[in-house]
Amino acid sequence: MSADFQHRHAAHCESGTVANLLNHHGLPIGEPMAFGLGGGLSFAYLPFVRIQEMPLIAYRVPPRAIIRGVRKSLGVRFRIERFASVAAGEARLDALLDQGQVVGLQTSVYWLPYFPEDMRFHFNAHNLVVYGREGDEYLISDPVGEHPVRCHRDDLNRARFAKGMLAPKGTLYFPVDVPGRDIQPKAIRQAIHRVAWSMLAPLPIFGAGGIKGLARSLARLDRTRPDSLRLVGHIVRMQEEIGTGGAGFRFLYAAFLQEAAQHAERPALGEFAERLMDIGDAWRAFALAAARMVKGRDPFDPPALAEHLFALAAAEKGFFTELKAAVS
Amino acid sequence: MDVQDVPQDGNATLGGHRKAVYARGAGGTIVAVESAGWEAEEIVTLQAVDVFDAYTEAARARVVAGQSSPLEYWMYARRMDIATFAQSCGVWRWRIRRHFRPAVFARLSPALLNRYAAALGIAPETLRALP
Repeated sequence: MSADFQHRHAAHCESGTVANLLNHHGLPIGEPMAFGLGGGLSFAYLPFVRIQEMPLIAYRVPPRAIIRGVRKSLGVRFRIERFASVAAGEARLDALLDQGQVVGLQTSVYWLPYFPEDMRFHFNAHNLVVYGREGDEYLISDPVGEHPVRCHRDDLNRARFAKGMLAPKGTLYFPVDVPGRDIQPKAIRQAIHRVAWSMLAPLPIFGAGGIKGLARSLARLDRTRPDSLRLVGHIVRMQEEIGTGGAGFRFLYAAFLQEAAQHAERPALGEFAERLMDIGDAWRAFALAAARMVKGRDPFDPPALAEHLFALAAAEKGFFTELKAAVS
Repeated sequence: MDVQDVPQDGNATLGGHRKAVYARGAGGTIVAVESAGWEAEEIVTLQAVDVFDAYTEAARARVVAGQSSPLEYWMYARRMDIATFAQSCGVWRWRIRRHFRPAVFARLSPALLNRYAAALGIAPETLRALP
């Protein structure tokens, strides 16, 4: 059976899943607001953490942080369950669907057959919504897809119980207590403050400092090593390819700030949205320059790419310093 | 980025799908727009795919030459490096590397073979040979 569920296309899996679940439960909220309340924007560069031979580079908070932030900001309660065995996880999902519940899942990307072949990599913190089942086929609303899809039981089980880093362990979740009230201005301001605070952390691995740290690593790259171009491509993938809404979530966060200007009694936030769009354009310019070098259209010039990032680090430091002041 | 500047390059890597990106629309309102892809993304996605394809083909050549076992081929064919594979199947890396030796691989117990095959999403018989 299947619940009456409205699929909405989103840029990012976690904010899209949370927003679509809350909408289903009668709380009208768009992806940007869910992303912003969840404090989704960030930057991290952890050269000592290697994933598939590449350093960890993230333009956003760690998996599940958006759900956590939304719970805190809106006072929504989610029930979250993990399972020790595939059989238990499968039975519980089926039982919930039979009750008409719409369920969020954490899965691997690689084992979902409906994903485009070239996008299937081993990333275990993808989020999607299951809204029904017909026989052995689950009806899935994957927020990063344009349309709802179907997925066979065996494939979904494999994706839910993939092992390794961030193993989902069958994680499923659904809201159980959704307050119908409006979003509080104070909650929005606090969510913005959290992001600004973390972007200004005085460490060379997080926030604006992390961007600068990455710039330094880029500047030092040996252009004769094949690994060097791979790192450059990896940065751009994390920024653009992995469902970020463009410019490493900067455009998505700008959309949130614009909405927040009306809700948070801080009209000045509208100007911050504009500024962040411009910063996002600079990220896109960096991505384009980097991709041209990867493709061999331009000569590989690590210091030139580093210059882009040094400028972006400075721009974001200034931006978030002022943003923090504006919501304090 | 304005709505009319959202790239619609028709990336092959998206397999005909479109993705949502955010851009400035009429009156300055930032909205989600469908994008058929951006060439810059396509370049870096293919670069990442190519790395694993190259590893896979190199492993195939080694298996054919008798220098490695099909296990190495299948690991790369599933886009895993040895660290990811070790986590997926719960076997230590040095042990997996040892099983890349054709002679050792030929003597693998059915239980371990099943475990590897399950982590790779293939049948144990398939794992014994190149496709």
